[in-house]
Amino acid sequence: MLRYEDITVGSELPSRDHTATIVQLFMYNAAIWNPHRIHFDHTYATEEEGYDAIVLDGPLQGDWIGQVVTDWIGEDATMVSFGYANRRAAYLGDTMTAGGLVEEKNDENKEVKVSLYLKNAQGEVTIPGHALVRFG
Amino acid sequence: MAGLLTPDITAKIGQANPTIHVEVTRRDIQKYAVSTGQRAKKYLDGDEAPPLFHFGYSMEILPPEELRADGIAEDKLIPPLPLKRVMAGSSDTVYHRPIRPGDKIKMTRRLKDIYEKEGKTGPLIFVVTEVVVETEDGEAILNETTSLIAR
Repeated sequence: MLRYEDITVGSELPSRDHTATIVQLFMYNAAIWNPHRIHFDHTYATEEEGYDAIVLDGPLQGDWIGQVVTDWIGEDATMVSFGYANRRAAYLGDTMTAGGLVEEKNDENKEVKVSLYLKNAQGEVTIPGHALVRFG
Repeated sequence: MAGLLTPDITAKIGQANPTIHVEVTRRDIQKYAVSTGQRAKKYLDGDEAPPLFHFGYSMEILPPEELRADGIAEDKLIPPLPLKRVMAGSSDTVYHRPIRPGDKIKMTRRLKDIYEKEGKTGPLIFVVTEVVVETEDGEAILNETTSLIAR
């Protein structure tokens, strides 16, 4: 059980690694109905668009940092807002680490502001984000 | 200011795509949940949709021959821009309540603003859209603001 009172500013949220396989990426793009070739056609992605490899969808990476929040709060709080930005490309086969940090607490309405990140193995942030959660 | 935005472009501000009407199914939520690697049982069972689930509803369903060569459907909301290199997009969402199976929802995407700024390396064009998701009865579900930058 996560309690508002036990959360300290500056503490880290539990992080999680994601390494999408080609099958997972296919399933994701099928689920959201995204036929953009950079997500499944290696030759097209590298030769036509100049990417290093098949590209991970930005919103998939956004979802991974959203899960940092939803897994952390469980049923103990509600996510009232969430945002993310695409900073750089991430590729199929990359192991991406999703995590976050408690930035602010607002005792008046029991809200907690967190910053979020998705990093590649080189430590470069591909997707920064933020969320606001409310307790009670 | 470079004055890149012609009246043809700025005239599009305020326009919206046709509203999309969807009946949410448990199976659609489950597909989304497994493919994104969710761990929460409520998502995997499809009792509730993960926060970014609605993204897929913005994808237009078109036959392959109507897609561009890169597989993307032409974005009819955003007019052709004089700057072609599109950079970093971002998304910010305010949630009112989760999407659940059986929900009858409608989603409208509107072009909220297009403006230009002088960046360090030259002119930049900012495009802002707003997505509103609500039930057919008008109960608010979420408001998403997206932005992209062209240079």
